[in-house]
Amino acid sequence: MPVNNSIRQSDGFLTKIHIDGWLLLSLLLLMTIGLMTIYSASGQDIELIKRQVTRLGIGLVAMFALAQIPVLFYRNISPFVYAIGILLLIAVLVFGVTGKGAQRWLDLGAFRFQPSEILKLFVPMTVAWYISRLGMPPSIKTLLMGLLMVIIPTILIAKQPDLGTSLLIASSGIFTLFLAGMSWRIISLFTLLIGSFTPIMWLFLMKAYQKQRVITFLNPESDPLGAGYHIIQSKIAIGSGGWTGKGWLQGSQSQLEFLPERHTDFIFAVFSEEFGFIGVIGLLLLYGFIVGRGLVIAARCQFLFGKLLAGSITLTFFVYVFVNMGMVSGLLPVVGVPLPLVSYGGTSMVTLMSGFGLLMAIATQNRVMPR
Amino acid sequence: MAKQRQLIRDFSAESNLFLRRCLFAVFFCFLLILIVLSNLFSLQIEQFEDYKIRADGNRIKVVPVAPNRGLIYDRNGVIIAENRPIFNLEVTIEEVPDLEQTITQLQQLLALTPSDIARFERNRKRQRRFQPVTLKSNMDEAMMAIFSAHQHRFDGVSVEASLSRYYPYGSALTHVLGYVSKINERDLNLVASWGAQSNYAATKNIGKQGVERYYEERLHGKVGYAKLEVDSKGRTLRILEENPPIPGEDLVLNIDIELQLYVQSLMSERRGSVVVSDPRDGGVLAMYSSPSYDPNLFVDGISQTDYSKLIQNSDRPLLNRAVQGQYPPASLIKPHLALLGLEYQVVTANTKIQDQGFYQLKDVEHIWRDWLRRGHGHVDIKRSIEVSCDTFFYDMAYKLGIDNIHEYMSQFGFGEYTNIDLLEETDGNMPSRGWKRAKFNQPWYIGDTISVGIGQGYWTATPIQLIDSINTIINDGQRFRPKLLRAVKESNVDIPEALNEAPPIPVLEQKNWALVKQAMDDTVRLPHGTAYKAFQNTRYFSSGKTGTAQLFSIGQDENVDDLIIADYLKDNAMYLGYAPSEEPTISVIVALENAGGGGSNAAPISRSVMDFWIGDKYASQ
Repeated sequence: MPVNNSIRQSDGFLTKIHIDGWLLLSLLLLMTIGLMTIYSASGQDIELIKRQVTRLGIGLVAMFALAQIPVLFYRNISPFVYAIGILLLIAVLVFGVTGKGAQRWLDLGAFRFQPSEILKLFVPMTVAWYISRLGMPPSIKTLLMGLLMVIIPTILIAKQPDLGTSLLIASSGIFTLFLAGMSWRIISLFTLLIGSFTPIMWLFLMKAYQKQRVITFLNPESDPLGAGYHIIQSKIAIGSGGWTGKGWLQGSQSQLEFLPERHTDFIFAVFSEEFGFIGVIGLLLLYGFIVGRGLVIAARCQFLFGKLLAGSITLTFFVYVFVNMGMVSGLLPVVGVPLPLVSYGGTSMVTLMSGFGLLMAIATQNRVMPR
Repeated sequence: MAKQRQLIRDFSAESNLFLRRCLFAVFFCFLLILIVLSNLFSLQIEQFEDYKIRADGNRIKVVPVAPNRGLIYDRNGVIIAENRPIFNLEVTIEEVPDLEQTITQLQQLLALTPSDIARFERNRKRQRRFQPVTLKSNMDEAMMAIFSAHQHRFDGVSVEASLSRYYPYGSALTHVLGYVSKINERDLNLVASWGAQSNYAATKNIGKQGVERYYEERLHGKVGYAKLEVDSKGRTLRILEENPPIPGEDLVLNIDIELQLYVQSLMSERRGSVVVSDPRDGGVLAMYSSPSYDPNLFVDGISQTDYSKLIQNSDRPLLNRAVQGQYPPASLIKPHLALLGLEYQVVTANTKIQDQGFYQLKDVEHIWRDWLRRGHGHVDIKRSIEVSCDTFFYDMAYKLGIDNIHEYMSQFGFGEYTNIDLLEETDGNMPSRGWKRAKFNQPWYIGDTISVGIGQGYWTATPIQLIDSINTIINDGQRFRPKLLRAVKESNVDIPEALNEAPPIPVLEQKNWALVKQAMDDTVRLPHGTAYKAFQNTRYFSSGKTGTAQLFSIGQDENVDDLIIADYLKDNAMYLGYAPSEEPTISVIVALENAGGGGSNAAPISRSVMDFWIGDKYASQ
């Protein structure tokens, strides 16, 4: 593969420090777009920008550090970290910082810690570890074991309750199984099962506020102060952007504060209003490029664990993008998923960047790894 | 099977399968992107004109309006938590011609402190456009007079009234009411978990402690909103429509503020707590933890210096000792243990022992001393309660065994939450074999059981648990558990709340309750009783039990007088009693930390409380 080699050669230095140049470039571009949009959405709040830059810096450092660690090491620790993660989740349910409601945090005295975050990476890692030992395509037994590994944390996190994160974790695990060659027959069976499971979820598992969100989605006018108002204002912001948008810092919906959650979950509406459909296409191309690059890394990787993990991380990243854009533009109910690397803050930023760290480790350590 | 697969694993087939799946994923992602894009195309291009008109015509802003927080009354209708109007100096930055100059002039005119200015600068960055920023909160009258004389000079600066929570009795009710304070990120997460974000859209403060925290959702009320017409710059032109907020519920507590203030005066600066309750319904008439602090400090955000003073105070005023203080219950639980001994027929009403001042097991070198060195002589179970004989209870506990004690005392609520309406409560510890194994990985020793027999050793209980348990004895096993909330006030009528009831404790022999209560009567009434001195010449009959909890174990042959015991190692003094004996209307627990003997230190406080309450009643009848 001559193309492959030429890229390798030109990136010689970057490969040595375990960085994928294309990926890094597109991530930095995305972060810049994010900072610009946050600046506009927050009413030019420079303090906010400083804090976001700090966070992005921490994310980049985490990415860089994780890229240096041998992939083999990740593979070997996966099951143990997974087990610790599950124990921590149980600990959160039992001892978590209480209040009358959600228990997501574990108070470790000096700092508080959200175990569901580490599982976002370790669920796909563990499933990939398991399958890479037994080979592809997975047998029925392997598949069931893999599903079990996904379902346990999903249920534990849904109980906290944190539906958004639990769905992200479920999809990251299921993507791994899908990429591993889970047979189409079983996939269709599961689609059917989930379809019939929905009414049960509605009746027994969903909390009142989660149901409220769905009701609001179906009928935005039912909650004029809450999410319904958000969606209406968000659609006005997006729609009034037109082809070219109103220009940076010029969006009336965002600048006059009709739009709620402007710099966090609904930042895509600000972007669409100010940069228009052309800007949106550009942003989607950038996201598409990152996803494409991730899948190329997965396909080029020489060993199964790396392939599966890289593929799953990439596809989960795409789910973030799709769910966020879908909810902001009224296609999906509001589920509190940020637009990755563009939205302000979010506890998930460091996790996302850690994921890219793993991706870079997989991309650049190809030759060092045994088959 | 798996092994075989491993052997014949075909890596290039795997790679191909993976590639096919990747291509499918790309296809699928592409499809989803197309869906998103086509939806955006429809919004931004096809319906552009429509949305553009809506955006340009978007002059109507929906602004949430915070509800007024419910008031809190004592049982006699005295307001103990209210909303006071306060006056703030507000600056609308967009309307001020020269901000810097205005601030300098105001600073000179009103003698604003640098911290006022610093807070203003901080808040300014967060504030929305055309929304006022507070420059000085809670202005006094003199300041307002000065400002109104000069108001014409300051465009965009005005005095605005708002409501602020105020606790008129300050430190007297801190641990009951708690306080409200600014909503922080943690509170926001909590509110989100109730699904109440939109209800809190305009709310600034939230209950952080005590009743304010426990009944947050009921006190808060329901948000209202106003539809405002704004101009193209976002300035409010007029109010189009108002949907007023619904205020929170007004709560009536069981607390009697007069009694509460009296209890505070009795405790002065001593470390400890007093809980007074009505055994007929479990209502908490007074609850005071000492030392206390002023909850009003927290309402507008406590200053760093005030907060570190509270945190660094070694007497720990932030602790609510009535529900969080965990003490060895000591002799206070001798009546409970006596009931258990009688129930399990380990002893009878006639069982007598000869107390020589210590207890010893066969073939065990250790001796367990009675608090009275020379011993109590010939005692039965009743007298053992009256004189608080340890030896009798050592022997009984040995015969009962820890399993029986654990099971029965758990029924009395030891080691469990009383479910009083405070979230701060801790559950103490009712030790068991399993607990010791889990905690220390050690077996349970007989010696452990013997210490538990006089309420020492691993056993700890909170004052609220102890008063709950004496109410259970007063009611012959029926359980009205402690509760602060009495009623809800609706248009000046008190609508009673449900009691905090629990299933009764099954005791077969009615006469056992009577015997134990008789012993507590005589603890107070007979000259040999440990509480006789403290309760001489009362106008009513009362009953009770003294307790002196040892926090420091004295060596086998040491004499207490020879030791200089540090203050924090001194005994805890406790008294648990009720009155009038025939038909009790109050029960009282007094727990003083490191104060010495229970009979001489805690019992007199309990008597004063009873005198106050019953004396009052008799006087008014």
